[in-house]
Amino acid sequence: MTDEKISEADKAIVRALQGEFPLVAEPYKELAAGVGMTEEEFLARAQKLLSEKKIRKMGAVLRHREVGFTANALCAWVVPEARLDEVAKNMSASPAVSHCYDRTTTKDWNYNLYTMIHGKSREECERIAAELAVANNIDERVMLYSKKEWKKTGMKYFCEDS
Amino acid sequence: MEKLNDFDKALLNLLQSNLPLCPRPFGALAEKLHVTESVVLSRVQALKAAGFLRRIGTFFDSANLGYQGTLVALSIEPGAVAAVAEAINRYPGATHNYEREGRYNLWFTLLTRDKRQEDAILGKIRTLPGVKDMLNLKSNKKYKVNVQFRL
Repeated sequence: MTDEKISEADKAIVRALQGEFPLVAEPYKELAAGVGMTEEEFLARAQKLLSEKKIRKMGAVLRHREVGFTANALCAWVVPEARLDEVAKNMSASPAVSHCYDRTTTKDWNYNLYTMIHGKSREECERIAAELAVANNIDERVMLYSKKEWKKTGMKYFCEDS
Repeated sequence: MEKLNDFDKALLNLLQSNLPLCPRPFGALAEKLHVTESVVLSRVQALKAAGFLRRIGTFFDSANLGYQGTLVALSIEPGAVAAVAEAINRYPGATHNYEREGRYNLWFTLLTRDKRQEDAILGKIRTLPGVKDMLNLKSNKKYKVNVQFRL
C-alpha cells in the first residue's frame, strides 16, 4: 500500500543511507558506488528525499550518557483535549524535550501527551517537568523512569523482502 | 572516557544539527569551524571510536516512508520481564525497548508496514507468559522528534 509512494531506486538510496555512513572526504561517492549509481544521481535522489521530508535530518545523534545527560524520563501528561495542541507545541519548544507525541488513551490510562525529558540528574528531570507543569498549568503527570535499556536501535527500512 | 574540548563541543553541536547533503560534507563543516577537512574527519572518527556518537548519517521520517508506529506499554509479572523483553527485541520493527518503573513496566516502540502486521505482532506479544495487560498508544501527531544536546 505504501510502495507506490517510493520507487525502487529511492528504496536503494534509503538502504544505503541507513547503513554505516563512511567517514571519508567524499562519502557519497562510496555510497553511490555501492548501489551502482553515479554520485550526482545519488545526491540528487537524496536531496529529493530530504525535500519530501522522507529524510528527517542528516547529522549525528550523540550517546547522551557519554556527553553528560545521564538521566532521562518519559513524562506522560493528562492535558485537556481543547489545550492539547497548544500545550504540545509549548513543551516541544523546551530544549530539554527531545520527543513530544500525543497518544490515545484507555479507560484506566488517561495520559494523552508524552514528552521525553533529558537532564543531568533525576532531580533535574523532576525540576524540568515541574517547570513544564507550571508553565502549562497541567496538574496530572507521571514520570516513567527507565530501569533498563533492553534495546535501542535505528530502524532498517525496506529490508523485509530483500 | 576522555573529556570533550571546546573544539569537540563546537563540532558536535554543528554535527547534531546538520551534516550538509553535498559532495564534501565534512569539508563544509570544516569551513564553518575554520579548520581543514582532514582535521574534522580525524576528530569525528576519534569521537565515534570513543563512543560519543550513537549514530552519524541519515535519520528518516518513518511515517513519510510509509511505516506506521506506535508505543506499547506492558504490565508483566516481574519474573517474566526479561523473557518478554527478549521476545520483543527479536522483531526488527521494535526499535526502542525499556524497562520502566510503575504498573506498566515494559515500554517499546514498534514500526510496521501496516495495521495488519502491527495487530499480528501485538497479538503474539499479548499472549506471552507473564503479560497481564497491554496498552497500544497510537499517536495522531508527532510534535517533536529532535534529539539534540547543546554542549
